[in-house]
Amino acid sequence: MLARAITHALVGLEPRKVEVEAHLQPGIPGFAIVGLADRACQEAKHRVRSGVVSASLEWPLNRRITVNLAPAALRKEGSGFDLPISLAILAAMRQLPPERLAEHAAVGELALDGRIRPVVGTLAVAEGARRSGLSRLVCAAESAPEAALAGIEPVPVRHLAQVVAYLRGEIEAPPFEPLADDALEGLPAPDLADLRGQERARRALEIAAAGAHNLLLAGPPGTGKTMLARRLPGILPPLTRQEALEVTRIHSVAGLLPADRPLVAVPPFRAPHHGASAPAVVGGGPSPRPGEVSLAHRGVLLLDELPEFPRSVLEALRQPLEDGVVAVSRVGGHALFPARFQLIGTMNMCPCGARGDPAVECGCTAQRLGAYREKLSRALLDRFDLAVAMPRPRAVELAAEPGESSTAVRERVIAAREHLRTALPRRTDAASELLSNAVDRLPLSGRGRVRVARVARTIAALAGARAVEPAHVAEALSYRTPGELAAA
Amino acid sequence: MGAEVLRIRRRDSLFPPLLAAIHDPPPALFLRGNGEPATLARAAAAVVGARACSAYGRSVARSLSRDLAAAGLVIVSGMARGIDGEAHRGALEAGGTTVAVLGCGVDRDYPAAHAELARRIGERGLVVSEYEPGIEPAPWRFPARNRIIAGLCSATVIVEARERSGALITADFALEEGRDVLAVPGEITSSLSAGTNALLRLGAIPVTCAGDVLELFDLAPIEMSQAELGATAQEALAFLGDGPRTADEIGRATGIEPGSLAASLMELELAGRVTLEDGVYRAMV
Repeated sequence: MLARAITHALVGLEPRKVEVEAHLQPGIPGFAIVGLADRACQEAKHRVRSGVVSASLEWPLNRRITVNLAPAALRKEGSGFDLPISLAILAAMRQLPPERLAEHAAVGELALDGRIRPVVGTLAVAEGARRSGLSRLVCAAESAPEAALAGIEPVPVRHLAQVVAYLRGEIEAPPFEPLADDALEGLPAPDLADLRGQERARRALEIAAAGAHNLLLAGPPGTGKTMLARRLPGILPPLTRQEALEVTRIHSVAGLLPADRPLVAVPPFRAPHHGASAPAVVGGGPSPRPGEVSLAHRGVLLLDELPEFPRSVLEALRQPLEDGVVAVSRVGGHALFPARFQLIGTMNMCPCGARGDPAVECGCTAQRLGAYREKLSRALLDRFDLAVAMPRPRAVELAAEPGESSTAVRERVIAAREHLRTALPRRTDAASELLSNAVDRLPLSGRGRVRVARVARTIAALAGARAVEPAHVAEALSYRTPGELAAA
Repeated sequence: MGAEVLRIRRRDSLFPPLLAAIHDPPPALFLRGNGEPATLARAAAAVVGARACSAYGRSVARSLSRDLAAAGLVIVSGMARGIDGEAHRGALEAGGTTVAVLGCGVDRDYPAAHAELARRIGERGLVVSEYEPGIEPAPWRFPARNRIIAGLCSATVIVEARERSGALITADFALEEGRDVLAVPGEITSSLSAGTNALLRLGAIPVTCAGDVLELFDLAPIEMSQAELGATAQEALAFLGDGPRTADEIGRATGIEPGSLAASLMELELAGRVTLEDGVYRAMV
């Protein structure tokens, strides 16, 4: 007696079709799962057995049960195989019609009382099912909105008994209620209007948003560096449907999707603590998992207190910054995680934090200052297109009127991006001459020159100009990484 | 810079006469760099000060040395971090000649962060020491080095110095030899200016512009051709006349919007009219 159910395993973000075969034969009772199943997957035996019994279904007594997860060479992990395993066994016993089961993909974890729990990565599994030519996915009710995003018809279920009744044709498919439209929109990001003063830094943030430039904010504690950084997603253009699905797939695999907001519709914002390890930031682990850089894909990665991060983590960032993708190779497989993010770093100007604050005298020795800045290699600093010092504002500044709101800034950003896409401004001769002169006068590397040219183009686009004028280059130069930040 | 080291002894005709006149001249000097040994006999001013200096001291040392070097003086300093380094850089900026006196062998780049600066000094000037090549830097050699800095120059300018600092030792040597000692006034509340203000009380000549130093040498300050400035740049510069300000403060006071203000400030920086440190702009004197 043999039957099979279809599900999908994930390699990184990629779904791979897995056939769950159940074979029952007379003999000494036993239950074996084969096909490179990990520990969570092996434990399915106990959950499946209890779940089936709790659902008042018959468990095959005096039978030797073999479950094979094919292809056998692919590593399987996680608890999402519980539901397909139990359905395959029940179909093998003919407690439900195998041909009906073959029309469905299934994913879900079983509770001991037979309830079905959601699992991570449902979106990717649903996409896999659609690609395999199946039109229906049996999954936990909580996962249904996520599965629906893949363009497949979810069969939202709460209990194993309900699934069996449905597959036997005793009940209609449980109804799937699509979420209201507002659930597919993102929560609003904090607004720029909350920030008073710091006009120069706001301007730099706007340029960073318009040109997708990386931004470094330096200044004493309490000047609003982090507050400003958190407001970047709010002035970025909203994600397109395609981009949103890309981001959602990553967040789904990482198990970060809230049930009531299945779609990541606004640019994500990630701010790992400086204690995070290199695999946590760039991705990896024994079985490849997306890191913070991938969770920030199409959004913003904030590294608060940049020099506090271990050097190894900072250097590991250089490759994704360059390529926009992280390649993780493990015994368990080879996975590609997209990582096209915008980086914001913040730092104090010296270890004691007093520099840039007129009220305090900095007590750092030249050696300590050197060691602090040494940590940021030139190569990493070169990845920041814009660097802004944020000195402590005086009290009068804090009493200033609230600044412009994010909505107004975002409109300019969207217009500038459109301008960059349709009519790329070119440098005038005078602008090129200014740039060349500046390269001689200022500590600018070859890459630095390219950065300045790129920022100047964004500034021209924000101004709606057809050409990059000297004034645009001059402004771009003023946001260069200050020489004193690169270990002097 | 040539790696070879030239040695001149006290009895050689090339030995700088001013240095030979001090009460304990070194038996020999070791020279590295493309500058002629006769450079050491030219009219020279020492510009020295604290290693841990303020943005004010840094900017004054730079612009003062630039103007002095442009007028034809050789700038002598100790290549330390802070004021000394800025003094050398200012002279180089003006295309002038500068001499670094080390407290270790001339083949040692000390401090290591100034290796590139040493190379640039050597392109037209000299790196000088009384110690044989290979001698390690040591704190107790620096006061002796200061007597050579003072000895090579007929005037010594102290830009910023705390009380009991190395720069004051240089001033003492200069006084003992009857050379002119000048000091840059600073805020009376700043500990970094305590040493220089004390010198002024004792009768040092206050420096308010390059002309105060050049007067001693019967030289006239060179009017540097100033680049034409845009209207907003001039407005921003005028506002900086009241003291150092952040970009946001300038913007709020003048009403210039942040984008064109950033461009104007960069224009001023490239023209050498303002300096930027830790987000604070400061007009150059």
